[in-house]
Amino acid sequence: MSDETRDRLARVLGPAGPEVSCETCFDMLDSYVELERVGADAEAAVPGMRAHLVGCPACGEDHEALHALLDADG
Amino acid sequence: MLSPAASVAPVTAAPPPLGFPDADSETWVIALGGAAGPARDAAVARLHALLLRAARFELRRRGTRVDVDDLATQAADDALIAILAKLHTYRGQSRFTTWAYKFALLEAAVKARRRAWQGREVALDDDGWALVAERRRGPGADAETAELLRAVQEAIATALTPHQRAVLVALTLRGVPIDVLAERLGTTRGALYKTLHDARRKLRAHLALQGLHPVEGDTL
Repeated sequence: MSDETRDRLARVLGPAGPEVSCETCFDMLDSYVELERVGADAEAAVPGMRAHLVGCPACGEDHEALHALLDADG
Repeated sequence: MLSPAASVAPVTAAPPPLGFPDADSETWVIALGGAAGPARDAAVARLHALLLRAARFELRRRGTRVDVDDLATQAADDALIAILAKLHTYRGQSRFTTWAYKFALLEAAVKARRRAWQGREVALDDDGWALVAERRRGPGADAETAELLRAVQEAIATALTPHQRAVLVALTLRGVPIDVLAERLGTTRGALYKTLHDARRKLRAHLALQGLHPVEGDTL
């Protein structure tokens, strides 16, 4: 299977496991990111968050953006 | 923007008691939640400046080149309104500035996506499922992959409602950003994602009935 096909199937089928909603993702994003930044088990604190960040590109970008901004803040 | 009615996995636990991770966060909340007057006005102005910086950062990070100042100001304004309305929901589970940043980043990203798609037609048909097929058959196009793709196409065509099919095709095969589609349909990101999530579950169940499990051993 080509990478292109694999990526397309991943977008269509989404993550396999349980995931939080966009609303829960936004509610928990700040604490999830801070846990990640100190090396804590963020996924244990918010089960299903990782799957949602993979399945929802917009929420995934919000997650990436918050890390980038905190990186820039130093 | 995000509808609480569209939860995929609702959180039912009671919110934790308010606590502050640091003195700066406590200062923010006390100043913003105080009585109207010069001290609160100053805190609001300081918060707006913080949000404006965050919005500009995100727009630059995304490569937005047109109307950056206008979009950043709109994003900061909208984020400020949202934060002041939801200040009571801040529980101190992160620093206040981290909590506030996410509002500005969300608003900036949504505005950037919508601006990029302004004037572009959003095809909301339900017959784009053929896009899942391999665009060119190369050495990697083995029989197993071909069978899986045929099964996925068949599942999209037969297992989904027309609305689920249209949303899935637009978001995952035509590349329409979810916030753009939500605006065009007069709905929310959360509600659309719920539709997408339900459609994906149906597809996976349909494939499983045929003994196809594309999830095993990879991230699919």
